Amino acid sequence: MMSAIAAAGQPQQMEGGIAQLPIGRVGIWWFLASEIMVFGGLLGSYILSRIAAGGWELERAHVNTGLAAVNTLILVTSSFTIVKAHSAVEAEQHTRARHFLLFTVLLGLMFLCNKGYEYSVELAHGFTPATGLFWSYYYAMTGLHGLHVLIGVAVNFVLWTLAGGRGWATVQQRVEYAGLYWHFVDVVWIFLFPLLYLA
Amino acid sequence: MLRWFPENISTFGGDIDAVFSLVYHIVGFWFLVTEGFLLYCIIRYRRRSGRGAAYVRGEQWSELAWVLVPAVIVLALDLSIEAAGGPVWARVKEERPAGGIPVRVTAKQFNWEITYPGPDGQFDSADDLTMDNELHVPVGQNIQLTLRSKDVIHSFFLPNARFKQDVLPGRTITAWFNATKTGRYEIPCAELCGFGHSGMLGHLTVHSAEDYQRWVAEHWPAARRARAAAAQAAG
Amino acid sequence: MKVQAGAAVARSHAHGAPRGFWRTYVFSVDHKMIGKQYLSLGLFMALVGGFTAYLIRWQLAWPETEVPGWTYVEPDFYNVLVTMHGTIMVFFVAMPILLGAFGNFLIPLMVGAPDMAFPRLNMMSFWTLFTASAVLLASFFVPGGAASAGWTGYAPLSGDPIHTGVNWGLNMWLLALALEFASFLMGGVNFLTTAINMRAPGMTLTRLPLLVWMQLTAAVLFLLSVGPLIAGAVMLLLDRTVGTAFFAPERGGDPLLWQHLFWFFGHPEVYVILLPGFGIILEILPVFARKPIFGYRAIVLSTIVAGALSFIVWAHHMFVSGIDARLAVPFSVTTILISVPFAIMIFSMLATLWRGALSFATPMLFALGTLATFLIGGLTGIFLGSATVDIFFHDTYFVVAHFHYTLFPAALLGGFAGLYYWYPKMFGRMLNETLGKLHFWVTLVSFNCVFIPLFVVGMGGHMRRIYNPLQYEFLKPMQPLHEFVTVAAIVLLLGQIPLIANFFWSLVAGARAADNPWRANTLEWATASPPPHGNFATAPIVYRDPYEYTAPGVAEDWLPQHVAEAARLGVQQSAA
Ligand code: HEA
Ligand code: HEA
Ligand code: CUA
Ligand SMILES: [Cu+2]
Repeated sequence: MMSAIAAAGQPQQMEGGIAQLPIGRVGIWWFLASEIMVFGGLLGSYILSRIAAGGWELERAHVNTGLAAVNTLILVTSSFTIVKAHSAVEAEQHTRARHFLLFTVLLGLMFLCNKGYEYSVELAHGFTPATGLFWSYYYAMTGLHGLHVLIGVAVNFVLWTLAGGRGWATVQQRVEYAGLYWHFVDVVWIFLFPLLYLA
Repeated sequence: MLRWFPENISTFGGDIDAVFSLVYHIVGFWFLVTEGFLLYCIIRYRRRSGRGAAYVRGEQWSELAWVLVPAVIVLALDLSIEAAGGPVWARVKEERPAGGIPVRVTAKQFNWEITYPGPDGQFDSADDLTMDNELHVPVGQNIQLTLRSKDVIHSFFLPNARFKQDVLPGRTITAWFNATKTGRYEIPCAELCGFGHSGMLGHLTVHSAEDYQRWVAEHWPAARRARAAAAQAAG
Repeated sequence: MKVQAGAAVARSHAHGAPRGFWRTYVFSVDHKMIGKQYLSLGLFMALVGGFTAYLIRWQLAWPETEVPGWTYVEPDFYNVLVTMHGTIMVFFVAMPILLGAFGNFLIPLMVGAPDMAFPRLNMMSFWTLFTASAVLLASFFVPGGAASAGWTGYAPLSGDPIHTGVNWGLNMWLLALALEFASFLMGGVNFLTTAINMRAPGMTLTRLPLLVWMQLTAAVLFLLSVGPLIAGAVMLLLDRTVGTAFFAPERGGDPLLWQHLFWFFGHPEVYVILLPGFGIILEILPVFARKPIFGYRAIVLSTIVAGALSFIVWAHHMFVSGIDARLAVPFSVTTILISVPFAIMIFSMLATLWRGALSFATPMLFALGTLATFLIGGLTGIFLGSATVDIFFHDTYFVVAHFHYTLFPAALLGGFAGLYYWYPKMFGRMLNETLGKLHFWVTLVSFNCVFIPLFVVGMGGHMRRIYNPLQYEFLKPMQPLHEFVTVAAIVLLLGQIPLIANFFWSLVAGARAADNPWRANTLEWATASPPPHGNFATAPIVYRDPYEYTAPGVAEDWLPQHVAEAARLGVQQSAA
């Protein structure tokens, strides 16, 4: 037994592996894991309800698939621009990074405008959250997602302003985290689009 | 322990109680072993001068066996509980014996509406008989229950029959029981359903075969007459 | 871009301790102060939860009589009491004390870090919880009263004010829960990141104190299970406010969906509470047995297995709820199988005591009490886990007794054990032993007197959430038990007075605590009591496992994690 202690008596260096990851990245991963479960719960409920209830095709016919497809394109593009922003940050190219951040913000806003327009048309046709189970899910899912887009837009906007002034140092890492979050928001939409508009 | 239970009056109640007994013995055994060992350690190994603790880390298989072997026994006993319980569950909740007497129970805040199909054996016909909180059944017959709710979730509980089933709005749930003993028993609601949950109470009357015939003769035609009269008055 | 995690935080601490009342005691970012804030909040809410228990108990023993110190309890207020009692105890007592207080205070100290990974996030999570508590308590006073649909908030009872007459109370209940979840999500992210990234050199995963493992497993369980219920809470709120149809059957929704979302979270949640409680006693047992933990790895593995299993057992709360009957047996099997990892944990704890040199200071008494009583709770879970037996026991006092026998040991007995054990580290003073032992014996005996009879009542078929048992003929014979239980519950409540007295008296007049009064090995004892801002005067280095007590070849019966070999070893360096 003695030897066991002696062998264990060296302070082992924490080399390699997870211990070397930046704190922020570990934090944001766990945060996103819990976010996945929030949307997972909602999507799972939707899928199960839809299987159980059936007959939602009629209601689904009233959503604007074309506009949503455009919105999908917008979000995918914005994922691309934020990747660009991040690589510009890595390369210490300030202006380039700012430009791509701004693009991302604008694309996010475009998405929200389209979504808002879509809502207004649907509401004008009398399809409110209280119209039925499909519409309940439709508004809850896209609404919660929209809220996430809005938060993402705000975060990216703040980073954009900060990156202009003396805040460059603080921005550097955060662009990566904002990017992770933004990808997540994008991926959620990639699930929502077929489930709500195509299925 | 079973003596604390309400008297059993259903065909499957005894089976449920038997599973309880099995679990009771298994769990009771582990209770005695673990608490006994705990007490033993507390008394036997309390600190005394001149005797230190042993250095046992339980990281070797030979040591860990003291934990793992009992755990395997636990596993085996667990499976025996399921082996005994599974068929009983299936009999009570999954399979349904054919035939018997249909009754519909509609729960609402805070009553059990009991509907009998009447002489024609059909629900939703003119000769249905509906009573609040009075369930009358003959002994030794399968009672085919149709359970519905008008507002919130209630739970149809027959303590003596070891029967419980939640009743949901928007769904129709079917269930059955078969009473073995005549008498009058209570039907509490077992799911919180509002301020009147406490006191939402019906009664189950189990009649002997003759008694049941008498009860039917007394109530069902009367219901039919009343309905007919009402229809006439309306028409 | 590689960032040396520890270095970054060390830098942020270079500015020294904060000054001023507000930054020190209120908007503190120091994990130790935040831990104490959680502790205060949790203990305060325990008083509220205890008072609701008193009203509930009085009404059950002597229905429709005037409660001393209160008025009559009306049926709908009884439902409010039960709902708020459950909600407060689970979400605002157990979690703040076990995770908020002990997790916050101990994780950085035990892994050898100067603070949490995200100190400001940490502050935010406390104040979010504070807001949640305020919202919850305020809901008592809004028109219509507080929520009354049970702590499980089953729809459609909770879905529409027409069923209960409660409107704002329930919305606020949902809001309070949502804030509580947000708070512990932030906390969980912090715990995980801290323990993953900020361990002292040498603190490998197998050298982590078990409390840290338990807290981390709990944090992961919480993070991965609460999401669907957050979605569910939003859905329920929408059902109530804008008329969506999620859980409303008359609009095509499904009430059972709420139950699935609630229990998918609910079962992992009970382990979120249990595991930190286990963590506390796992720290205390080896110290007072002067013996290493038996089967460290087996315990860690079992914990992870139990945690994973807890995601596939939730329907055991729904055996008779109207789900497809064919689902019951599979869920019953997974449920009962959980007893295997728990058996390994419990047997390992018992084996830790075996051939130890046990001494019985108050923390040890509470730790042993936790173990002894939790066993009853865990074992009675097996009856309920059998779908067949649960047909009869579901929604009876058997369930009530079962979960008090699990929650109370974990949250209160375990919490007390931790409080007596770490109070010296937290406040720099010792608690009084005599008062502590008095508190222990009164609590242990009266607790058992409260809840053992409730098993009996449950076997008699007594339903839960019943405001007046005398309305039922078959319950009347059991009324003397209710009276006995209530008397015991009052003793239990009064039995907390020694604790309260001890707590405050010792704060000012307790004996000064040494740095390491229990001669324990883990890192929190390697620094001053209370630890300074930044925790360690010099960053600790970890040399060995956390429970090296009575190691052969060592002069003393303990060998701290941070002490280099040579300084401590006895004479025969090379003896095998
Ligand atoms: C800390 C809290 C906690 C803990 C740890 C547990 C642990 C367990 N619980 Fe409990 N439970 C609750 C809190 C908790 N529960 C609450 C709050 C409710 C009610 C909610 C409500 O409706 O309001 C509830 C309800 C509840 C139900 C639903 C009852 C109903 O409503 O009808 C069931 C059913 O299966 C159940 C089962 C179990 C099981 C199998 C365990 C297992 O984890 C126990 C495992 C441990 C052991 C078994 C002991 C150690 C093992 C041995 C010594 C080996 C020998 C053992 C065997 C051979 C079996 N619990
Ligand atoms: C951690 C959880 C927890 C705890 C500790 C308790 C503690 C107690 N509970 Fe509770 N209970 C629940 C969780 C808990 N309960 C839940 C989830 C429900 C279900 C609700 C529902 O159905 O919706 C329930 C339901 C419930 C019922 C069933 C009601 C019904 O169905 O109609 C009853 C009845 O007797 C009861 C009684 C008690 C009693 C007498 C205590 C006593 O043990 C209380 C003793 C109180 C204390 C010991 C606190 C003392 C104060 C301190 C320690 C603070 C010290 C302060 C300083 C140092 C500053 N509880
Ligand atoms: Cu109906 Cu409770
Ligand atoms: Cu459970």
